[in-house]
Amino acid sequence: MAKVKGDIVVDIERCKGCEVCIDACPTHTIAMSEDVNGKGYHYMQNVHDACTGCTNCAIVCPDGVITVYRVKI
Amino acid sequence: MAETLTKQDIIKDENIVYKKTKLMTDKVLSYCPGCGHGTTHRLVMEVIDELDAQANTIGIAPVGCSVLAYEFMDIDMQEAAHGRAPALATAIKRLMPDKFVFTYQGDGDLAAIGTGETIHAANRGENITIIFVNNGIYGMTGGQMAPTTLPGMKSSTCPYGRDVKMMGYPLKITELIARLPGTYFVTRQAVHTPANVRKTKKAIRKAFDLQKQNKGLTFVEVVSNCNSGWKMTPVKANQWMVDNMFPFYPLGDIKVDGELVK
Repeated sequence: MAKVKGDIVVDIERCKGCEVCIDACPTHTIAMSEDVNGKGYHYMQNVHDACTGCTNCAIVCPDGVITVYRVKI
Repeated sequence: MAETLTKQDIIKDENIVYKKTKLMTDKVLSYCPGCGHGTTHRLVMEVIDELDAQANTIGIAPVGCSVLAYEFMDIDMQEAAHGRAPALATAIKRLMPDKFVFTYQGDGDLAAIGTGETIHAANRGENITIIFVNNGIYGMTGGQMAPTTLPGMKSSTCPYGRDVKMMGYPLKITELIARLPGTYFVTRQAVHTPANVRKTKKAIRKAFDLQKQNKGLTFVEVVSNCNSGWKMTPVKANQWMVDNMFPFYPLGDIKVDGELVK
């Protein structure tokens, strides 16, 4: 079976920390950061490498801050 | 093999599977964190991008939270007076029938001050698409009661909950206009989960495709949260929406191909 591996890049300064993406992630790969961005919001980030590049987080993100990458291995 | 795959190997332009569409400008959205407006904006722009219609689309911005929609959507936009977006869209569509014309309205704009414009545009069967974001409250002005506020729901002007004996019943404007002969496709969707986002995008795509065929008015309602107005966190507001809004505003198609299905 072909496996896939994904990763995300977050536009930290545009993230408003609403946490909707965390609920949408099937592999629990993302969590809120302890740091805050320039506007004072905790931003989302990848905490471990279980990402499959399913794009769920990116399509529910109201601010469109997530870019998703995926490769087949 | 998997061990040798580093972050740099994955993050390459050729591996992109999802990226914010170019039709959304880089301006930071003026919406509260977790608001469904941002997702709905992006879905409309993705559909226009798919149709390759950036130069052939005219959007009408409403008054309300999404009053600055023209700042975020990189297409031709026109700002309407409060509630008058369907009237303006009628004029633009009649003058330029080969363009896609859509209005983007909230519930205070479409279901309160603009009820007359909305119902008459639907009854005339104008070939426009209306995107209606319903969060059951006047969000921008501070969470006042709207015509769509649920019975018993608290807002800043009904702090003990909406009493239907005194304040009347919520208006199901989508069901109302679905019964008019001028409408061709009427649906109600939501954008709180990935599955619902995908369904909403399909509905918006269908609405624009039908507009191209001059079938009549197409109407997509998006039930959304208003976490600031409801005084909840975004995730809790979404849960509250599922528990309380959806029983009253059930999701799904209401009119398909000019026939009522619900």
